[in-house]
Amino acid sequence: MNSVREWIYTGRHAVAERWHNAPRWTRWAVIGAVIVFFYALPNREFYQWLGPIPTTGSNFGQVLFTISIYVLLAVGLNIVVGFAGLLDLGYFGFFAVGAYTVAVFTSPSSDLKTLWPWLLALPLAIALTMVSGVFLGTPTLRLRGDYLAIVTLGFAEMIRVAATSSEFLKGQRGFNQIPHPPGSYSDGKPIFGVLDPRPYYWLVLTVIILVVIGVRNLNRSRVGRAWISIREDEDAAQLMGVPTFKFKLWAFASGAAIGGLAGALFAGKQNFVSSQNLELLNSIIILAAVILGGSGNIVGAIVGGGLVAYLIERFRGIEFFGVELYEYRFMFFGLILVVMMIFRPQGLIPNRRRAAEFKDRRKEVIVGG
Amino acid sequence: MGETVQKPTVPEQAGAPAVESTSAGREPLLEVDHVTLRFGGVVALNDVDFTLYKGEILGLIGPNGAGKTTCFNAMTGIYQPSEGEIRFRGQRITGKKKHHITKLGMARTFQNIRLFPEMTALENIQVGADAHHKTSVISALFRLPRHRREERDGLEKAERLLDFVGIPHRMHDAARNLSYGEQRRLEIARALATDPVLLCLDEPAAGFNPAEKEELLQLIRKIRDQGITVLLIEHDMRLVMGVTDRIVVLEFGKKIADGLPAEVREDHRVIAAYLGVPDDDVA
Ligand SMILES: Nc1ncnc2c1ncn2[C@@H]1O[C@H](COP(=O)(O)OP(=O)(O)OP(=O)(O)O)[C@@H](O)[C@H]1O
Ligand SMILES: [Mg+2]
Repeated sequence: MNSVREWIYTGRHAVAERWHNAPRWTRWAVIGAVIVFFYALPNREFYQWLGPIPTTGSNFGQVLFTISIYVLLAVGLNIVVGFAGLLDLGYFGFFAVGAYTVAVFTSPSSDLKTLWPWLLALPLAIALTMVSGVFLGTPTLRLRGDYLAIVTLGFAEMIRVAATSSEFLKGQRGFNQIPHPPGSYSDGKPIFGVLDPRPYYWLVLTVIILVVIGVRNLNRSRVGRAWISIREDEDAAQLMGVPTFKFKLWAFASGAAIGGLAGALFAGKQNFVSSQNLELLNSIIILAAVILGGSGNIVGAIVGGGLVAYLIERFRGIEFFGVELYEYRFMFFGLILVVMMIFRPQGLIPNRRRAAEFKDRRKEVIVGG
Repeated sequence: MGETVQKPTVPEQAGAPAVESTSAGREPLLEVDHVTLRFGGVVALNDVDFTLYKGEILGLIGPNGAGKTTCFNAMTGIYQPSEGEIRFRGQRITGKKKHHITKLGMARTFQNIRLFPEMTALENIQVGADAHHKTSVISALFRLPRHRREERDGLEKAERLLDFVGIPHRMHDAARNLSYGEQRRLEIARALATDPVLLCLDEPAAGFNPAEKEELLQLIRKIRDQGITVLLIEHDMRLVMGVTDRIVVLEFGKKIADGLPAEVREDHRVIAAYLGVPDDDVA
């Protein structure tokens, strides 16, 4: 078992090493190729050459859209959990706030009857999720550790209950006829229609790229350093002049804003939002994705989010001894997480620092035993 | 550990004239004003009262458990005094947030090194340098020119300070991989990066051999020569006597002496407190 672990570790190390030592243009070329690949991916002319990778049970473009939403959520949650080290168990609640804000302000079934276009509701959705993040964070981020986990868990559940039972939020009946994002082709047909899921996927992909650039800028600045210092030694950080509460709140609020953005994008595609879209387990799946990919690493979060969402969708329609594998998806993820914790607690593509933190913990266990 | 001689009034008076003579016309920087700090039943600081003047190196000594580190913790805002108050640059700092006190110009190191272990040496110092940076999330997000300038300044400052403390070659190594002595130096560099007026060092020479202690002595003098006031906790008497301008002695949370090194060395209460405790005991 040890040798397997070593092999995986050194293997990863070699790749990382090579990546960091590669000349600049090579890295840009690789990144460019990856981006082009993902833009091309939903086209049948392209993916028909990819063998068993495209899903069989459902439309591949639709699947890619779902995956991209998960990736965006994982990138957002990674700021909170990976960078600042704050355990947020109700992250999906922010997704809900984003989706419902769009629904309430745009849908004709809403009591407000404002009938805003989607694009107008989008900034409001982001702002409201940020505000809800600040409201939630202000009392709890002053406390340590477990309180935050419990409060965020409660928050997501509260949102779900409100959505299910409040008359204003329409419960299972939900909101319909939510407008799509604007834009039309030269022949007058709308870009974001009902039949073709690909434009929505391309939109989210573009948003992901922009968000990743922003998050990377933050992470490489004093903001990222503040987050890591808080994660590593909060007291020492304060004594070195880091306003820890302020930066924890920023981590929480920016994570929330990205969650809200994902929710708004989802609502803009879906046309229909109801309490059935909200499941507590979704929070856990995104958290699992971040941990699986490698907490504290943006690429890790992307890979984790993508992989988890892809596997869930891949299970659809596949039967195994007469049962659909999709029904067992949560058990499967539990299993993956357990195996990961044994072989690779730092995640598939870990953050350099986090990897060392985990190695330390392993040593501690060995010493302690 | 030593006898319990507790008649504090006499040595305090003995020390008082000396203080006046060395500090005449000097500006007080830090005033610890009759501070008492209790942990449940334990009185860690008992009516401790001393003043630190601008530009001096003040030694804070005393046997183990005397309350030296607690005094630092009260100064830097980790603990609030049960009674009394602390003033820094004329401002009352009791009750102020830790990062505010740092911004006011007080920086410290820790008896048990508390670097950010997985950050590089350079990044550790950059965190200190960020203390005075104005730009925050929004300007970092869009990499605005002002933000980039601050980042660049912080980086240059960090490199300078690594040089200053003598470990430029460890720039890109994670702090945890530095040797013990290098970590102590890095902690000093990180504290200096916050542009302190007062630098508080908690046993910076603990575990050092004589050669390393000598280097540290030079470093402390160099820091003072830059106009930074230094408050030094140290067990090694030779080091303390060699570098400090004045010494405050604590025992069981009480100040038992306060004066020039030569006077403190002759003080019978101090001798009693240290009796049987070897010079460089760093338990
Ligand atoms: N957080 C705390 N809770 C309870 N008691 C404490 C706490 N911190 C310090 N003390 C007590 O206060 C007293 C002074 O401790 P302090 O660490 O200040 O001593 P010190 O002079 O720094 O000693 P040393 O030379 O060993 O570092 C000790 O009796 C210690 O047990
Ligand atoms: Mg101490």
